[in-house]
Amino acid sequence: MTTLRIRDAVKRYPNGVEAVKGVSVDVGDGELVVFVGPSGCGKSTLLRMVAGLEEVTEGEIELSGRVVNALEPADRNIAMVFQNYALYPHMTVRGNLAYGLRNRGTPKPEIAAKVEEAARMLQIAEFLDRRPSQLSGGQRQRVAMGRAIVRDPAIFLFDEPLSNLDAKLRNQMRLEIKKLQRRLGRAAIYVTHDQVEAMTLADRIVVLNGGRIEQVGTPTEVYSRPASTFVASFIGAPPMNLVDAQLDDDGLQVAGQVVAHDSAHRGPVTLGIRPERAHLVAGGAGLDIEVAVVEELGAHRLIHAHLGGHEVTVAQSADEPVPAGRMVLSFRPEDLHLFDRGTGVRI
Amino acid sequence: MTRVRLTDHLVLILGVLLMMGPLVVAFLTSTHDHVEIHREGMQFTLGAEFAETYATVLTREGGFTGEITGLLMTQNSLILGIGFAVGKIVISMLAAYAIVYYRFPLGTFFFWVIFSTLLLPLEVRILPSYEVAQQLGLLNSYTGLIVPLIASATGTFFFRQFFKSVPDELLEAARIDGAGPVRFFFEILVPLSRTMIAAIFIIMFVVGWNQYLWPTIMTTEEQYFTLVRGIKNVMQQMIGADIPFYNEALAMAVLAMLPPAVVILVFQRMFIKGLVEQEK
Ligand SMILES: Nc1ncnc2c1ncn2[C@@H]1O[C@H](COP(=O)(O)OP(=O)(O)OP(=O)(O)O)[C@@H](O)[C@H]1O
Ligand SMILES: [Mg+2]
Repeated sequence: MTTLRIRDAVKRYPNGVEAVKGVSVDVGDGELVVFVGPSGCGKSTLLRMVAGLEEVTEGEIELSGRVVNALEPADRNIAMVFQNYALYPHMTVRGNLAYGLRNRGTPKPEIAAKVEEAARMLQIAEFLDRRPSQLSGGQRQRVAMGRAIVRDPAIFLFDEPLSNLDAKLRNQMRLEIKKLQRRLGRAAIYVTHDQVEAMTLADRIVVLNGGRIEQVGTPTEVYSRPASTFVASFIGAPPMNLVDAQLDDDGLQVAGQVVAHDSAHRGPVTLGIRPERAHLVAGGAGLDIEVAVVEELGAHRLIHAHLGGHEVTVAQSADEPVPAGRMVLSFRPEDLHLFDRGTGVRI
Repeated sequence: MTRVRLTDHLVLILGVLLMMGPLVVAFLTSTHDHVEIHREGMQFTLGAEFAETYATVLTREGGFTGEITGLLMTQNSLILGIGFAVGKIVISMLAAYAIVYYRFPLGTFFFWVIFSTLLLPLEVRILPSYEVAQQLGLLNSYTGLIVPLIASATGTFFFRQFFKSVPDELLEAARIDGAGPVRFFFEILVPLSRTMIAAIFIIMFVVGWNQYLWPTIMTTEEQYFTLVRGIKNVMQQMIGADIPFYNEALAMAVLAMLPPAVVILVFQRMFIKGLVEQEK
């Protein structure tokens, strides 16, 4: 079954900005889908359309089999966690968790039971009588999640919920969100511009760019078969090397050198290769390059090198000898990605 | 370090003397006999007539009709002060709520219209205001004393600024939690604004308490007289053959100052909090 179906959703703001330009996504039962993309690509807008906080200009939002376009957020059976938590500052943690249930007219004993359960699950039971201002950022984040959990929604919506936390806490909470989502078995959409968060959390990633979908796929698919140069450069850190090249009968022409390639395609292309899939060797088949800068990162290092007029980054283990001077960039043919130079689409 | 502190204290003490001196003298003088005051001027010692004077001022039925006592005037002043402050807060909160949270045509325009009424204080529009109040039959009533004064550009402006600083996500979270416009206002915005409300209440209470011109015009019946008007009355009434009752006028002035002072002392904490910090 599908929990959420977004069909050809378009959002045009009153000022004429078209933030979402026809997007269709399905979210299956219990599936965690991550919307990822650069700032301003429309991911928050899309999420808020699902929540009912933004009107849908065109298209349909279907939740648990019914079209919810015209429903108020409270009637949609969704729960949302905001980036800045948006807790009610004048209510205790208990009050914050209970507020939505109280407004729905849930009987008091039931509210109390649900609040207790959520608090136990999130380990915030001891803070129930505190105000949000007396909590740390991480604790507030938990309260915000608790407020979502007690509603027992069909789908959880997260809008960059971790971006106000420090790096360490962020990693920890990321894992907890995933565990919690698995445990509750509910569908969830998670919006982020952080590709690491996207890769680690997602069952499926939706890469958005300029209000359109660039690619939908599992983290592995998106990483190993990026559908466009945009996805290739957005997913993966450091980003994929992209170099102008030409395909002709001899093979792949790159910066005045030739590499054998069996593609039937002819013409200008963009060649992509991931830094962690490229190797520097002293001699042999490959492309001649000139090492410029070496960055030591502890367990591994990044080597920045010149290939003709292009800069190419290679990642290697710190156990290998430090390269210098003229080297050969070697790779397996299947690790090369080819994209149409004009459209950026994968060939 | 010590020297700096000493001068600091000197400045503060000087300030206190300057502000409080006249009050103390007024109080001290009010405890003396009026003939003595007339002969010797202001007094700097505690006189013997404290109880008598204040009891007279509070309870004597004065005026031409003998309908009004100091106590009644205090009550009128309280009604005016509280009605004025509460009215202003209610009206300006509602206006600010509409301006900030509802998209209606020309919303900004209407805000500036409200704001521009700052340029039209009561004194400027007193004739038309009187005309309207009179036609509505509001002369000599508490309604007439209060209602024409409670529209407040200042209050609307302050609440508008405050509401604008409340994060949008709070409204969105409340919408998801099923709080409609009324719930959101009463259960979220009002509690969030309480320090703001306290601050505006103090200011407006004092302003309302000190109203002189409007009550003078709106009420002719003595049963509606406020303390502030009463002071003048005591003096006026005595200008005859007799020596004016300076002591009673001063006692009235002291009494008139008490409630605002109490309000400020009680709400001081909240007042300062409302001005310097916002709990969000
Ligand atoms: N209320 C609005 N009115 C007009 N334009 C808006 C409004 N909200 C967002 N936009 C525009 O819509 C586009 C998408 O905005 P959105 O907030 O969805 O981006 P985002 O992908 O969430 O970015 P970020 O990562 O910075 O949060 C942006 O160009 C933004 O300027
Ligand atoms: Mg966003």
